Amino acid sequence: MAELWDQWELSVLTVLAGILSSLPCAWLGCFLMLRRLSLMGDAISHAVLPGVVVAALLTGELTGWPIFLGAVVVGLFTAFLTRGLSQLGHVPDDAGMGVVFTSLFAVGVLLISQFASQVDLDPGCVLYGLIDFIPLDTVNRFGWEIPKAYFSLVPCLILTGSFVLLFWKELQLSSFDPNLASAVGFSADLIHYLLMALVAVVSVSAFEAVGSVLVVAMMIVPPATAHLLTDRLGRLVVIASLCCVTSSLFGYWGAIYWNTSTPGMMAVVAGVQFGLAVVFAPHHGLVSKGLHQLRLALRIMSEDIIGGLFRAEELAQEAGLSSEIPWRTCREILGQGRLTSLAFAWLRFRELIRPTPRGGILLTDEGRRRAQSLVRSHRLWEAYLQKYFHLPEDHLHAPAARLEHYIGPKLQEKLEEELDAPHTDPHGRQIP
Amino acid sequence: MFSADFLSYNTMIVLVGTSLLGGTSGLIGTFAVLRKRSLTGDALSHAALPGLCIAFMLWGERNLFVMLLGAFFSGLLGIGIISGLRAWTRIKEDAAIGIVLSVFFGAGIVLSRLIQNRVSAGSKAGLDSYILGKTAGMLSYDVYLIAGLACGSLIVVLALSKEFQLISFDTPFATVQGWPALFLDLVLMSLIAIVVVIGLPAVGVVMMAALLILPGASARFWTERLPSMIQISIVIGFLTGAVGTLASATFSLMPAGPLIVLVGTGFFLISVLFAPRRGVVARQLHELSFRRELAQQRLLNLFLGSDKTLKPEIALSEISTTRSSFPGIERSLDLALREGVLQSDDSRTFRLTNYGRTLAVQVHQRDLLRHLIWNERPDLAAYCQADDDLDELLRNSTPEAIELRTRLEQRGELLSKALPSGGAL
Repeated sequence: MAELWDQWELSVLTVLAGILSSLPCAWLGCFLMLRRLSLMGDAISHAVLPGVVVAALLTGELTGWPIFLGAVVVGLFTAFLTRGLSQLGHVPDDAGMGVVFTSLFAVGVLLISQFASQVDLDPGCVLYGLIDFIPLDTVNRFGWEIPKAYFSLVPCLILTGSFVLLFWKELQLSSFDPNLASAVGFSADLIHYLLMALVAVVSVSAFEAVGSVLVVAMMIVPPATAHLLTDRLGRLVVIASLCCVTSSLFGYWGAIYWNTSTPGMMAVVAGVQFGLAVVFAPHHGLVSKGLHQLRLALRIMSEDIIGGLFRAEELAQEAGLSSEIPWRTCREILGQGRLTSLAFAWLRFRELIRPTPRGGILLTDEGRRRAQSLVRSHRLWEAYLQKYFHLPEDHLHAPAARLEHYIGPKLQEKLEEELDAPHTDPHGRQIP
Repeated sequence: MFSADFLSYNTMIVLVGTSLLGGTSGLIGTFAVLRKRSLTGDALSHAALPGLCIAFMLWGERNLFVMLLGAFFSGLLGIGIISGLRAWTRIKEDAAIGIVLSVFFGAGIVLSRLIQNRVSAGSKAGLDSYILGKTAGMLSYDVYLIAGLACGSLIVVLALSKEFQLISFDTPFATVQGWPALFLDLVLMSLIAIVVVIGLPAVGVVMMAALLILPGASARFWTERLPSMIQISIVIGFLTGAVGTLASATFSLMPAGPLIVLVGTGFFLISVLFAPRRGVVARQLHELSFRRELAQQRLLNLFLGSDKTLKPEIALSEISTTRSSFPGIERSLDLALREGVLQSDDSRTFRLTNYGRTLAVQVHQRDLLRHLIWNERPDLAAYCQADDDLDELLRNSTPEAIELRTRLEQRGELLSKALPSGGAL
């Protein structure tokens, strides 16, 4: 029983470490994403390496504030240098960023290889982190066995949380409209560099625990997932946080199940969540976009069908013939596409058309009413185009055939007013 | 220069390999930088990892070619996902790159740990070296591969140079002209993917991204023409690989990957700072001389009296009243004295020299011409941007120029009064 408890405690502490280290990443990541600086997170989390190594060499240990100081210095240096390269040297933004962070990372790797004996740090540990060992390395505080890593993760979380809360409106304004922010009086640049400094702090605190892979993943993927699910900044941050929690939970579970790398699995779970959001998000997902387009296409096709039937009825009445249209003619005109069949089925279902016993189709009364409104829109628009745009007669039909689907009763009234209630369209047909 | 055992067979192999790799990355990287796809290389090198692992798992043993094939396809998949996210969702390109980079890399780590669990620990080192690179472990087989790749990509780029040039600078125009821009882009991306995949075992994920960006970004500073940019980029890439490897062979403790990148950074910094015309130093110097010229013009304008004649001399006290609106006037006066534009006996009053007089007339003449053009011939306003253009307008014998000159003479009493000799410039 006690053994089971220990096992459970280990899991809770590991998952908690994952959550604690990924939450600040995601919070900052939301603002980075809105400023299109997502890759700055990636760059800084690589570039802080030399700062960390130098600080560790000077102090002889891998914990404490000197590490953070080193990281902040190098992080800000990265941000300054990237900006300087693009402003002074006219280097494209992406190339400048790529040059700066890879060079700094190379310096870091070189330093590690030179002073490997003096620093307990290898590039592998920087990349993958040591999340599985966090619960094992504890100290006794307040009567509890608390993992050492928590003493850097929790302050970081509090720091980032209070920064986001305190500077909420500044962050909001400078993310969406940096020029307005500067004009109103708080410097967008200052906020930018504060954000960069915090990114550096958070990367260091987190990559000791979970490695730079997860830092980058959590800085970019949960905010992007949330971005697909909401349009409000507040909800963006909340949803991103939830994504962090679930990726930590399921990532840990998956890593245990397949006996593989925990941070890697957490990144993969975050990626899977993002993939689900891409496909199934309510407004911005592929499925909902596809359905929306299908619905629109179906509506336009159905309206074209009843509009065509209405015009055929008109012609037939003028010639004194039966207004019934043979089914086969209909299909020949409209083609054999699946969308056409679907549109016919839909019209039958809504009882806008009805089949006749002799194999033709007729508009129902409701269908005729709708079709009449549609043809009315079409002809009003043609008249309007002729009067105000002076288009030649043979150029009127095509734009009207497009726009007729989007002219509602209100716009019809307005058009009628502008045109002084005309009775016929430019082709001499009656406006119903 | 080097002793025989210094350039051992192994070092030679590595040297040839890294130089060729550097040259090839320079060739391909030029287009990546120009198309603003620098970080695509970074994403690609991260995205290649899971493919490497899956190929290893399917094949069951280390086979370089199969693994590179896997890496190539998963890299291309990553690039495809980036393009798809950009085209079909509201995710912006930078976030898309970050997502692919981190998730694919995470998946790669998961898979490599799985492999590590399944097979003996010995072969795991093979996968690890792809992340951080193991330059010293390069074999002659690798070098043949790189040499083949170098020739292949050179041939492709030469064959498609016109098309690549077009899509690098104006993709919409290329599309309108009927070139298959999407296909060409795919060819370019595949070339990048191949270079990255082959370079991965040599220099590792992060260093490969650097190798792709650095030569191209450096070469951009030295030239304005694509063919010479490609040549410079190849040379810089080649030198980067060679010098980095030699340095690592000299200081035996230093790993070659980071050294190569830092040598590349060195070339880049030299280019940023000291390249003629586009370099930071050249730009600053140019700006300085431009500022001096402007200050001199303002100084000469002080000699223009309200009645449009040139004052014979001007007192410092007179200038001092305008000091607040003319920052740095002392320096300009100093400079003008040294360049022989002004003369002064007591540093309190200043006279124009003959040379200064000519300059002052020139400046006034340009000013008058500018006003004339702005007020009466705005269609010629393009000439007002550069002094040289204005001077040419004053010398030309086109009908427009003659018309402007006669009008100038009709209005400007200045020329005759200012120049005792009758106004010839």
